[in-house]
Amino acid sequence: MSAAGKETPSAAANRKELLPALKQEFGKNGSLSKTVMTSLAEKTGLPLNEIYSVSTFYSYLPVATTGKNIIRVCGCLPCDMKDARGVIGSIKKELGIEPGQTTADGKFSVEQVGCIGACDQAPAMMINDRLYGNLTPAGIAEILKSY
Amino acid sequence: MAEKRILLGNCGVIDPQNIETYLARDGFKAYEKARKMKPQGIVEEIKKSGLTGRGGAGFPCGLKWELAHNTKAKMKYLICNADEGEVGQFKDKYLLSKDPFTLIEGMLIAGLAIGAQQAYIYLRAEYHFLYDQLCRAVAQAKEKGFLKHTDIQVFEGAGAYVCGEESALMNSIEGRRGESRFKPPYPPTCGLWDMPTIINNVETLMNVPHIINNGGAWFSAMGTKRSKGTKVFCVSGDVARPGVYELEMGSSLKELVVDLAGAAGIKAVQVGGSTGAFIPARMIDTPLSHETCLGSGAIVVLNSDRDIVDIVYNNMHFLNEESCGKCTPCREGTEVMLEILGRLIKGEGASGDISKLEDLARTMALASLCGLGQAAAVPVLDSLKYFRDEYTDLIDQSLFLRSYLGSESYKSEEAVI
Repeated sequence: MSAAGKETPSAAANRKELLPALKQEFGKNGSLSKTVMTSLAEKTGLPLNEIYSVSTFYSYLPVATTGKNIIRVCGCLPCDMKDARGVIGSIKKELGIEPGQTTADGKFSVEQVGCIGACDQAPAMMINDRLYGNLTPAGIAEILKSY
Repeated sequence: MAEKRILLGNCGVIDPQNIETYLARDGFKAYEKARKMKPQGIVEEIKKSGLTGRGGAGFPCGLKWELAHNTKAKMKYLICNADEGEVGQFKDKYLLSKDPFTLIEGMLIAGLAIGAQQAYIYLRAEYHFLYDQLCRAVAQAKEKGFLKHTDIQVFEGAGAYVCGEESALMNSIEGRRGESRFKPPYPPTCGLWDMPTIINNVETLMNVPHIINNGGAWFSAMGTKRSKGTKVFCVSGDVARPGVYELEMGSSLKELVVDLAGAAGIKAVQVGGSTGAFIPARMIDTPLSHETCLGSGAIVVLNSDRDIVDIVYNNMHFLNEESCGKCTPCREGTEVMLEILGRLIKGEGASGDISKLEDLARTMALASLCGLGQAAAVPVLDSLKYFRDEYTDLIDQSLFLRSYLGSESYKSEEAVI
């Protein structure tokens, strides 16, 4: 059963706006800072810890500051079978960071993620909302240069 | 048997940005027909068709609708599950990008049948590039006056595989962590905001207009006893032509992966994504249906160069990452399995490892809260069934390595050196 009974009626009604609101704030600020979350808590009437709890559950709502461009490389089976490890290695070499890190200039963050639904074009990655398929380790530098 | 393109019939033919091109191909004819039918009549037609859920579980769709139809409530919801996160799966992305209108028509018919006032399309965050086109398609249908009884809203997820599980998905729409709920109650009686809710996969709903147009009997004439109609498959891995294929239910795995996708030198095929079953090459004639193996239709082909334990490790790595963490058997079970499989690959196996994996698998299947944990061990058990020697070889190698090197670095009480 849901826990809606414990919340005030207005907070329960506001809750359904939480995910879209968190996404919007992340889009505006590039991170979900405590200030952002506190103001959302005041607006919705939901406790701050609840907002933190929700945002930390979802990979698209990062609490830590991310780079201007987020690279999501698929590491799942069909991509792994087509040398996703080579592609990740090439990204690491180009940017000098590990998955989960952000470059010093704040331009890129890299994440190794679950299936992005491009298994017919494996190995694949997304930079922000753009999909890149049939990658080769050698072709990474050129793609990154375009950002 | 060649491909049977029913759901893919409009793909590449209509303009997904323009409803007129869909209307020109008899679009919304089924909807007009359904509007003249009684809701119970629509439910009966779907029941007669034998349509089953295409998201993986294969539950009879008509039965589910009937439950929601019979439940009295001031508000009812319909959700289209477009949170396609399964490894090896991209059919819903393909369908949504090529033909959003058949989905909308199917949703409107479902809305009539169960009496849903509000419907959502839960689109995974990774498919954000489809968001605008989908919203435009809904807006065009609204302009045509089709959305009067059931409003449709596109709701974007925020990146969580487990939200493809129906109860986690509802929590996510409600603005909560996408954790699974205890069942019962089931969604058709108590779902979104505790109201009766029907959750169907994109492909399931896209079958509905075809059934209403051609009749339940037409649909149930295709397929096998328990699996009617066609199925859209996604083939990837070691094949010449990866992609989306539609076949009649009961077609053989060989036809799909060899004849259509061009696989050669097959060792095994994983059917159903990260929690899917393994079919060894000698069983390549297995028919694809709910009776044998099907899942959601994600097919990954492995050739003879692949190490099965590596493949299972990769699957488990994904499931471990994506476990929501609410229930212990799944959260800890995937963790321990990952640890054991990782040791095997690194040459640090111990002789009790196989029995530990089997023991854990039973516990997880019995005690996990949702499908993720319940099915997480399927690839482990299946690979042990067909490729046990690969596990025992890795253990033998580990034992040899340890005795040869005289290493004391890894100790296990079961280890026999």
